[in-house]
Amino acid sequence: MTGSRGLRSWLTTTDHKRIGLLYFYTAFAFFLLGGLEALLIRAQLARPNGTVVGAETYNQLFTMHGTTMIFLALMPLSAAFFNYIVPLQIGARDVAFPRLNAFSYWVFLLGGLLLNASWIAGPVFRAGVLNVAPDAGWFGYANLTERQYSPGPNVDFWLLGLQILGVSSLAAGFNFIVTILNLRAPGMKMMRLPTFTWMTLVTQFLVITAFPVITVALVFLMFDRFFGAHFYLPQAGATPLLWQHLFWLFGHPEVYILILPAMGIVSEVLPTFSRKPLFGYTVVVYSGVLIGFMGWGVWSHHMFSVGLGPIADSVFSATTMLIAVPTGVKIFNWIATLWGGTIRGTTALHFAVGFIAMFIIGGLSGVTHASPPADLQQTDTYYVVAHIHYVLFGGTIFGLFAGMYYWWPKMTGRLLSEALGKAHFWLTFIGMNLAFFPMHLIGLLGMPRRIYTYAPDLGVSSLNLVSTIGAFLIGVATLVFVVNLWRTRSHGAPAPNDPWGGATLEWAIPSPPPPYNFSVIPTVASRLPRWKTEHHDPMSDPPAAPPAPVHVPGGSWWPPVAALGLPVLALAPLTHHVWLAFLGVAITIYGIYRWAFEPFEV
Amino acid sequence: MPRFRPWLSPLLLLALAVVACGGPFPQSTLRPRSDFAGAIDHLFTGIFWWAVLVFVVVEGLLCYAVIRYRYREGRPAPRPVHGHTALEIAWTLAPAIILVFIAVPTMRTIFTTAGEAPPTALKVEVIGHQWWWEYRYPDLHIVTANELSLPVGRPVQVSITSADVIHSFWAPALGGKRDATPGHVTRIAFRPDSVGVYSGQCAEFCGVSHANMRLRVLVLRDSAFQVWVRRQQAAPPAPPRGSLEARGRDVFAKSACIGCHTIDGVSKGIIGPNLSHVGGRATIAAGLFPNDSPHLARWIANAPSLKPGALMMPMPVAGADLTAVIAYLQSLK
Repeated sequence: MTGSRGLRSWLTTTDHKRIGLLYFYTAFAFFLLGGLEALLIRAQLARPNGTVVGAETYNQLFTMHGTTMIFLALMPLSAAFFNYIVPLQIGARDVAFPRLNAFSYWVFLLGGLLLNASWIAGPVFRAGVLNVAPDAGWFGYANLTERQYSPGPNVDFWLLGLQILGVSSLAAGFNFIVTILNLRAPGMKMMRLPTFTWMTLVTQFLVITAFPVITVALVFLMFDRFFGAHFYLPQAGATPLLWQHLFWLFGHPEVYILILPAMGIVSEVLPTFSRKPLFGYTVVVYSGVLIGFMGWGVWSHHMFSVGLGPIADSVFSATTMLIAVPTGVKIFNWIATLWGGTIRGTTALHFAVGFIAMFIIGGLSGVTHASPPADLQQTDTYYVVAHIHYVLFGGTIFGLFAGMYYWWPKMTGRLLSEALGKAHFWLTFIGMNLAFFPMHLIGLLGMPRRIYTYAPDLGVSSLNLVSTIGAFLIGVATLVFVVNLWRTRSHGAPAPNDPWGGATLEWAIPSPPPPYNFSVIPTVASRLPRWKTEHHDPMSDPPAAPPAPVHVPGGSWWPPVAALGLPVLALAPLTHHVWLAFLGVAITIYGIYRWAFEPFEV
Repeated sequence: MPRFRPWLSPLLLLALAVVACGGPFPQSTLRPRSDFAGAIDHLFTGIFWWAVLVFVVVEGLLCYAVIRYRYREGRPAPRPVHGHTALEIAWTLAPAIILVFIAVPTMRTIFTTAGEAPPTALKVEVIGHQWWWEYRYPDLHIVTANELSLPVGRPVQVSITSADVIHSFWAPALGGKRDATPGHVTRIAFRPDSVGVYSGQCAEFCGVSHANMRLRVLVLRDSAFQVWVRRQQAAPPAPPRGSLEARGRDVFAKSACIGCHTIDGVSKGIIGPNLSHVGGRATIAAGLFPNDSPHLARWIANAPSLKPGALMMPMPVAGADLTAVIAYLQSLK
């Protein structure tokens, strides 16, 4: 139906590898946007009584920075690797539902665009530009989000955008669970799955169970704001704490949705570059599963300052501290993987080791606020901002960068420059510690988070200046990475099938892989199929050309069409035009109808 | 070759501490001035040193592994070790044991700081508003705003709620923060142990001027506190007939001020802060500005220009009327 070049081939693609690249480029663009928002925040806070932006703009900046980084950058950057790498690691030709996969991507793109359209949509609502972006925090606490206190369309953009993004995540979640469970190559038993694929599976179970919770919370909020319901209205006898419970019941599993894929990446990179199998594979896998389960029992540790009472505080404190055990076990197993190996200091390994080093700090500060009395001084201060950035930047983003340097040759056929990569790593490493370490002190000295200004008497001005310098250093480091990506398009060294000597199936095929991935589906006899172990010789690579023509599914227009209906539907409440709701639903139903009856062979 | 130097971080901390040494840190959590804040500080210090120990050991092992086992020409291929059961058990138990040493004092502190003061405690009600604090002393029949006066050495029972959205009451020197949630009453209790002025501010994002919702706690000697109580309980002084202050009272009473503010004997508004004794407060606008004539003039003329989103609309009071109102407000000691 479509060729392999041109805009049309990208719009209609159902190839998991192309969708993976679309996820990567889109999410990376959002990552740059979220980073720009962060730099504006840091510019404002560089000095006390800052005047770079006003209070309203600042509140939009920190809300959109958090929302963008979590939902539009980190989750979809992980999704880029789920898409590209997981089918290759399990020896499959595509995901289980290729068109649903395309649908997930287009819904993600359109949801992200709708959210960010709020930056420039002001004139539509008779307000200035930079006036109607979401401004109630990424956590959107009720009852500040009610129409009475947030009359503009700001919160509407947020709650509608997040509901659309939820559709994308849920569709992808089911798709990858079915893919991993059903499309494994012969002999790829569950306990032979590569660790990254295992962590992907756990993450997708968290997605399909956590996103319904936030969806329900957002639907309640939508009913409150548009139809006069009272789910969170104290004057109607409800309690705004309902939002907090629902939000964090989603929000804490979400933290593990963000970190488990990075842990999976690190568990691939360390063995490859120390030439040793992952130490304690079974324990690492089971501790990942255990973290997934335990992540559901800790949500109220975000609410110690609410005053839930000593019994609830004690229970949630204990469950939170318990999570430190499987997390610590993972860290020890990673160090043991390095121990006794021959470690090659590639950029990917730098980022993987950097992940461990930074995640330890984030984990330890996490233990300090697992203790409710201590947390009463720390919560809602810069101490917590330091903690989440050690976990999500030092952790997740370092892990994702490790994955980029590791798999980029597989995805594009060219190796990223190691020299620029090292520069990128060290600038990022120094920048992030300068930016986020002082925040521990800033918080302990009493500076709350989410404030657009602070007084010079607080005594935190120089620390804030250091933090801002660090943030801009991260900006420079990211530019180095962008240059590296750009340069590699034309100047990168061509990548062989296996530039690193990896143990898993994706390294057995060309870089980039042909549309059908494997000329012959391999049969797997070991957890490390491409390495020699005590009981197994390395598998032989599949032949260069398939023995018989391989049928690969063609493209389809209907996933993007079905996705297009959702933002149109969301425009209806935003603009108060009911006909748009009917139009949006009609587009989606038509898209799904044509999709269902489209001749499409897998 | 990778050369990780996470040991730079503690050095960095030290360097930064030096950089930061200067200010008096009025909002520091590390200078407890009550039993509640002291208990938290003690607990945090213990956890901090456990964290330092774990940091040094684990980062040390990581650095050692990365340096000791880096690739060198001619080194034999590593043995393909897959795991070690005894090691796995050991490093499952080690963090668990450390966590017991953290969890036990944590649980003890949770219950000793659960917010219940003895019945003889001074009772204070804190009500969060966008973007200022209302304080009521139910047994003393005092209502005031933004500056909380307390006697040293006497237990205080604080009940906290909100009139609009969720705020969080936080004066770090006196203890941890507690959310002010509309429809709920939450409690903290503490006994201030040192005379002084402690600053704090709202810690839960509550809208446009969240950053400007500050507060001050004045911990007074008991005698000074009694003087303060008697002054607050007295009716605001009536200005002498014909004085500037009297003219100010008349302007106040005829303008929109009375819709929102209470001055005992003059007006009964409840939306804004009670001004019966506003002249005795050191700051205005929830701790933002000194309570002096220039700031009062600008505040009355256009409050939202000084504090984004402030709900007090610009007042059409100017010239001699404005001077008179300011003189009147300053006379309300």
